Order: sequence, then C-alpha cells, then structure tokens
Amino acid sequence: MTEMEIVKFFAGLFILLGAFLSLVTAFGLIRLPDVYTRNHAASKSATMGVMLVLLGTFLYFWLIENHFNSRLLLGVAFIFLTSPVAGHLIARAAYNSGVKLSDRTVQDDLAKARKKMKTEGHLK
Amino acid sequence: MFEAVLWISVTFISLAMIGMIYRVIKGPTVADRVVALDAIGISLVSVIALVSIVLETSAFLDIILLIGILAFIGTVAFSKFLEKGVIMEYDRDGNR
Repeated sequence: MTEMEIVKFFAGLFILLGAFLSLVTAFGLIRLPDVYTRNHAASKSATMGVMLVLLGTFLYFWLIENHFNSRLLLGVAFIFLTSPVAGHLIARAAYNSGVKLSDRTVQDDLAKARKKMKTEGHLK
Repeated sequence: MFEAVLWISVTFISLAMIGMIYRVIKGPTVADRVVALDAIGISLVSVIALVSIVLETSAFLDIILLIGILAFIGTVAFSKFLEKGVIMEYDRDGNR
C-alpha cells in the first residue's frame, strides 16, 4: 500500500509539473512580442512539459500496472530529439521569408553577418 | 488524490491548447501559426498519455509515437515551404 502511494505521488508530481509547463508555453505564445521569442517559448517549455508527462505515465504503467512500455521511452527520446530541430527550422524559415523582429529587439547578429558576407562576395 | 491530479493536469493542458488555438487564429504571420500548431501537436501527445492513464489501458500509447512523428514532419514541411516555396527540391542550390 505505501509503496503504491509513493509511486503515485511521484508520478502525479511529474504529471502536474508537465501540465504546468504546458500552461507556461501557452502564456509565452500569447504574451511574447514576435515570432522568434514565441518560438523560443514553444520549443523549450513544451518539450520539457511533454517529457515530464510521459515520464510520469511511464512510471505509473511500470510500477502500478506492471507493464513496462518501451514505446513511451521511445516517444520521450524522439520528442527530445526532434522538437528543437523543428523549432530551429521554423525560426530559420521565418527569418529567410522576411518576418520582422520586434520593436524592442536591440541586437540582430545574423543581419550583420549576412551584410558582411555580402560585401565580401560570398553570398549571392 | 491521484485522480484529482490527473483531472487538474488535463484541465491545464486543455487551457494551454485553447491559448495556442488563439495564436493560430490571430497570429500575424504564417510562421506564428506554424509554431502554435507544432505546440498543439506536442500538447496532444500529453493529453493522450493522460487519457490512457484515466481509462487504464495501454492501447493508446502507440499513438503517442505516431502523433510525435506527424507533428515533426508537418513542421518540417511547412518550414521548407515557407523558406523556398517548394517542399522537395531537385538540386542543392534550391532551383528546380
């Protein structure tokens, strides 16, 4: 009885933390000023939140229901690998398709680097 | 107690998905909408995990991998289309 209580406590803790991080993602998507900062919010806290929820689910199924589900671990690994890649790709696509930065942005290193490469003739 | 934690978590994730749908509808650029759609796909994975705990079945756990792969491929395709106007190119320079 007590072991099950402890396992349920930790699984519930992980799941609740993951759901809270998902809520943080939504706040970031609504409140932040431009697409790059929103992408930052979405690709980091959403990944961490879903990894915590899947870890809690894995613990519950393994220790309560005696069912070691390797697909959940595979899902955690897959999301950990692919979600930052997707965030990087969409941020690069947004920059190359000309989405403006926010008014409050003070630094744009990529524009400076591209201008320098263009004057040196490396970039078409 | 554990049931209550599960339902609170489902409520949190549903509220988060409603906020993301707001960004999908309102988003000023297409890139905003793609970012929000990717976040919705990721949140759907955790909703499915919680539903499979509530229903006490492991039949839905295969769908988690499927939805993760579909969200990733959709985001990659959208970003390629935004960047170059095509999804698959014929050579390395990006011209068809």
